[in-house]
Amino acid sequence: MDDPTKQSLERTLFAMISRTAIGLRSILALILTAAFFIPIVLGFWQTLLPSFGYIPAIGLTRIEVFAGQDLIAEPGFASSLRLTLVTGFASTALACILAFSFCAMIQNRIAKSATERFLAPFLATPHAAMAIGLAFLFAPSGFFSRLMSPWATGWQKPPDIITINDDWGVSLIIALIAKEVPFLLLVILSALNHISVHKFMATGHALGYGRAQIWIKIIIPQIYPLIRLSLYIVLAFSLSVVDMAIIIGPSNPPTLSVLSLQWFSDSDPLSLRLATATAIVQTLIILVAVTLWFAMERVVIVVGRWWIRKGGRGPVSDYLMRFLVTMVHVLLACSVLALISLVLWSVAWRWQFPDITPLSWSVQYWSYVLNSDQDILFNSIAIAACTSLICLSFAIAWLEWQNFETPSIRIIVFCIIILPLFIPQIAFLFGLHILFLRWGLSGSLIAVGWAHSLFVFPYIILTLSDSWRSLDNRYIRSAASLGANRMKILLRVKLPMLLRPLLISAAIGFSVSMGLYLPSLVMGEGRIPTITTEAVALASGADRRLQSVYALLQALFPMIIFFAALLIPRIIYVEHADLRGDRQ
Amino acid sequence: MFRLGLVLTAGFLTLTSSVLASEKWNETLAKAKGQTIYWNAWGGDQRTNAFIDWVGEQVEQRYGVRLNHVKLSDTAEAVTRVIAEKTAGKSSDGSVDLIWINGPNFLSMKEKGLLAGPFAQDLPNARYVDFSPSSPASVDFTIPVEGYESPWRLAKFVFNYNSARLASPPRTMQEFLIWSKNNPGRFTHPVVSNFLGATFLKQALMELVSDPKILQSAATDNNFDQVTTPLWTWYDELRPTLWRQGKTFPASEQAQQQLLSDDEIDISMSFDPAGAAAAINDGALPGTIRTYALANGTLGNFSFVAIPFNAKNKEGAMIIANFLLEPETQTHAQNINVLGSFSVLDQSKLNDSQLALLAALPTSPALPTNAELGKTLLEPHPSWMIRLSKAWKERYSQ
Repeated sequence: MDDPTKQSLERTLFAMISRTAIGLRSILALILTAAFFIPIVLGFWQTLLPSFGYIPAIGLTRIEVFAGQDLIAEPGFASSLRLTLVTGFASTALACILAFSFCAMIQNRIAKSATERFLAPFLATPHAAMAIGLAFLFAPSGFFSRLMSPWATGWQKPPDIITINDDWGVSLIIALIAKEVPFLLLVILSALNHISVHKFMATGHALGYGRAQIWIKIIIPQIYPLIRLSLYIVLAFSLSVVDMAIIIGPSNPPTLSVLSLQWFSDSDPLSLRLATATAIVQTLIILVAVTLWFAMERVVIVVGRWWIRKGGRGPVSDYLMRFLVTMVHVLLACSVLALISLVLWSVAWRWQFPDITPLSWSVQYWSYVLNSDQDILFNSIAIAACTSLICLSFAIAWLEWQNFETPSIRIIVFCIIILPLFIPQIAFLFGLHILFLRWGLSGSLIAVGWAHSLFVFPYIILTLSDSWRSLDNRYIRSAASLGANRMKILLRVKLPMLLRPLLISAAIGFSVSMGLYLPSLVMGEGRIPTITTEAVALASGADRRLQSVYALLQALFPMIIFFAALLIPRIIYVEHADLRGDRQ
Repeated sequence: MFRLGLVLTAGFLTLTSSVLASEKWNETLAKAKGQTIYWNAWGGDQRTNAFIDWVGEQVEQRYGVRLNHVKLSDTAEAVTRVIAEKTAGKSSDGSVDLIWINGPNFLSMKEKGLLAGPFAQDLPNARYVDFSPSSPASVDFTIPVEGYESPWRLAKFVFNYNSARLASPPRTMQEFLIWSKNNPGRFTHPVVSNFLGATFLKQALMELVSDPKILQSAATDNNFDQVTTPLWTWYDELRPTLWRQGKTFPASEQAQQQLLSDDEIDISMSFDPAGAAAAINDGALPGTIRTYALANGTLGNFSFVAIPFNAKNKEGAMIIANFLLEPETQTHAQNINVLGSFSVLDQSKLNDSQLALLAALPTSPALPTNAELGKTLLEPHPSWMIRLSKAWKERYSQ
């Protein structure tokens, strides 16, 4: 008997199953929105209110005009604005040029995996640690000065010259470049996988172009669109960086981000208006800056086309590029020396100018920190490990599911994911803190972890999605034709094959979390001290020896994770060169 | 007969009040047991951090109160936090139990009703403190304390100089100008948005102003410019002779101490008379550094602890405030191998054995004697410091 009930039951079941699939996807999109988008929007809103004079805690409950006028009237505001723009644009542009030059010169000469191994320590060292090291390197009484005195310089005491914390922000620009060049190198290297550089090089050489010219005229125009987003992120970051600007930036006046933080921590609650208004201005600056950069790209495209068509063989550019590569070498050498001087300071007892090495040694500070500040180490590692693992699972889920979504949804979700990287942290963290307070979450590990995920997740997505997309589809099709379902393909084919990029992006997530200053400070309410909050608090004063211990700890754990990420695939996949990253 | 009755009644009242007080304190002790106190205190000084750790061990052993040091890079962070909590409508169970506070931050919190109290005089150990009306325990930067904060350490403005580089350091503001002109680039002060930097300007103002009494009442739009004119004349001459031509300044006392240690400058300043001696012991400064005060006296004040209105564990916070005033605690703090911070207690209220402990403390050539520290000048009204910082910023931060 043809049972109509049975038929309808089957139909219902089928509908239910397909609905569950849609349901699961929607749930994922919902979770991502709820976890990442809503907090930022609400937090931003809470920051917006005080900038319009709405501060109920002190009885100001009327919305007034934006505090922009008052900001402009503040002494030094114009200089702060100028400094922010100059340091942001200059460091991003220079880092971009240097990274491209370096890639152009090493491409084909050093294996990609070797480059990654060599970049790992620079990537793993958080911004604050690098700034502390570089500050000592360049100070008039610093490492370089000590190396050269008094035999070469004749200095019996440190010279009264301005090096670090200079008014123009040059030292801040250098420090930013030192951190951004390795990041951009990594990005460019992975973008290179998408084009066949060899062929272009061969053709270019045959036509009589030098290496530099081929890169500028043929290769960069092709990979630039692939790294554009990362450049915008670097630009937004440089325009709103806090910890580096505190340590090595100008102080009188400082950059806008530091100014804003100073007002946030002013004892007069009315300063909240100025603080939040500055944060809003910073958001606008980033928006305008990215637009401006985009406009500059258009100009370069027009001028560049004309220039390329002119067909000049430009023999000079090779020398220029070689000079720029030397600059990168100098920069990387400085970063290494900065880390070495941190190691020396961390075990010094007294180290006076102009001695090249410490006068007396002690491991007192290491033993002090390792014995009495274990909770700080635990907090940092636990937060970094949990957020990077959770974010990695979400990233896998999203990358796996996103193919089912319409392109517009994919773009919207992607924009939501990277949004936190384009809004100054201070512009939504303060407001978010008030929300967390209302929800009774503030000051907990969960609150800090959540705030960290806002930044860890986008970096994991950014570093992972490329490898995810470029996985050879034929493996997946073969597995499917052998009868494996999606889950099995994911677990048995995709994840094992992508082990190396998975581990690397987890390591990047780990080091991002390890280096986050404001999210830990604001969300942790000081109750969740981390290595970075301690390091920056100490950098504002305190002993250089203790500062060095914290700066090194800050760099040490991400480095261990990075090397583990590079090493594990080599151990597991002894027999698969492709998967352990030796060939690509 | 009537008078006798009055005396008896008064005596009886004192007796009952002291009995009541000790009962109340026992109640506090009982409630505090098992509480965890979040003490928000500036964390930029390792010795202070270690001292606070020690306090934590002691109060846990003695009273079962656990102490958590929330290390701030600026005290105002804690003030902001309490304001944020008030904004969010959190009027109990707040995250801050105790704050190391004084001056402008205290004024700000007291004015806005963000403090719990009065409690200071109810602490049993308040009996060792001089609470007479104009004493530093009763007036914090000319602001009446009224029991809303309890003292715990003494801050006195002093200078440290490198005796290997100069034989006799400048002792008046005019001498500073002359010395710095002759030794350009060897002197500086912390940036004026920093407490110590602002203090240096205040100290100079007190010396250069024609009538220092005027600084004891609030600065007004009318008198500020006129009163500070001599200060700016002096400073305009001094600034170009400072370290880095006075274009940039160290961010804090510690950053300045690092400059002294790196031999970038010859004279630094501090709010802790034993700080340099302690730093020498720690290897943070060369052994040739000496501490001194100025000829006409220097500013001084007490550091306090206060309890926010919404603190979760007020009882435990009071136990800690009280423990900080124990004569043994203050003696421990004064030990230069520990903190080296001079006692806030009134020496005339201590007994012989307590005094003997103080006398037996180790000493150091860098440590000034009480006589060498000279006169303590009363802090001006906070409005002067606020206006000075603002005026300085307008003049020199462009």
